[in-house]
Amino acid sequence: MTGNREVALVDLLDRVVAGGIVLTGDLTLAIADVDLVRISLRALIASIDPEQDR
Amino acid sequence: MNEPAGRASYAYAVARSFDPARLTGVRGVDGAEVRLVAYRELVAVVSPVPLTEFDEAALRAKLERLPWLEATARAHHAVVDAVASSSVTLPLRLATVYRGDERVAEVLRQGHRRFRAALDRLAGRVELGVKVSTDPQAMAPADGPSAASPGRDYLRRRRAQHRARDDAWQRAATAAQRVDATLAGLAVDSRQRPPQRPQLSGAPGENVLNAAYLVDAGRTEEFAALARRIDAEAPGTRIELTGPWAPYSLALPDDEEPA
Repeated sequence: MTGNREVALVDLLDRVVAGGIVLTGDLTLAIADVDLVRISLRALIASIDPEQDR
Repeated sequence: MNEPAGRASYAYAVARSFDPARLTGVRGVDGAEVRLVAYRELVAVVSPVPLTEFDEAALRAKLERLPWLEATARAHHAVVDAVASSSVTLPLRLATVYRGDERVAEVLRQGHRRFRAALDRLAGRVELGVKVSTDPQAMAPADGPSAASPGRDYLRRRRAQHRARDDAWQRAATAAQRVDATLAGLAVDSRQRPPQRPQLSGAPGENVLNAAYLVDAGRTEEFAALARRIDAEAPGTRIELTGPWAPYSLALPDDEEPA
């Protein structure tokens, strides 16, 4: 649908990490949605500005 | 079938049944081939992943590594996109993993009514993203210092910069209201996401609105044209359209709780 254009990572994470239907999987019960968003955002920030990652 | 020991099923999306040939050549996470798990008129799209790489501890550690996160997010999206071009689709969140296809079928069975209702609502519709941001060009700093009084000059320029930034933000906020009021009228449903931080988006301005709209597929051009017109009528503000997306942000009506 979004064709061949490479989707910007920030828009993509907005959707695949912070969006989509949340079903309780078998393996990742304890990773709450908020954690998933927070952890991945931290990875993204650290990659862009290593100084900010403590 | 259940995966052999040590294997799990990564689920990408739930959809109305469609011809599996449509997914020929589509690869998922780690390059694995995707397949369909069927229950009545529904299918889940899955691919095998190593169990140990997707248990909680492993996942937590991997999420911290951007190359892995990006590769996985792009693979997830590529599969969802392929499914969405074949059938009505409910995208699942990244890293929804089950012990095997039997478990996936059970989830389809248990959620059957809810999935069917959600898919009915999404049929023939796509998600469009709209971001409204300030345009930093519009708040360029004023003229340079004069030799006479550099200190006072500095303060004066700082004040002018602050004022320019406030004005730019105010203009963008006004445009955002207009965007939302106008575009929501063309949409079936809409959702506001938290604004994106500029250091993440790489975009120079400040993001004021980060919204998603569920739009009839036949009206996307009309929607885009309207967004462009508002953009042209709002100097100093940047309006950016993304998509069409599978309905990641609007998969469920606002009042429905996730499972």
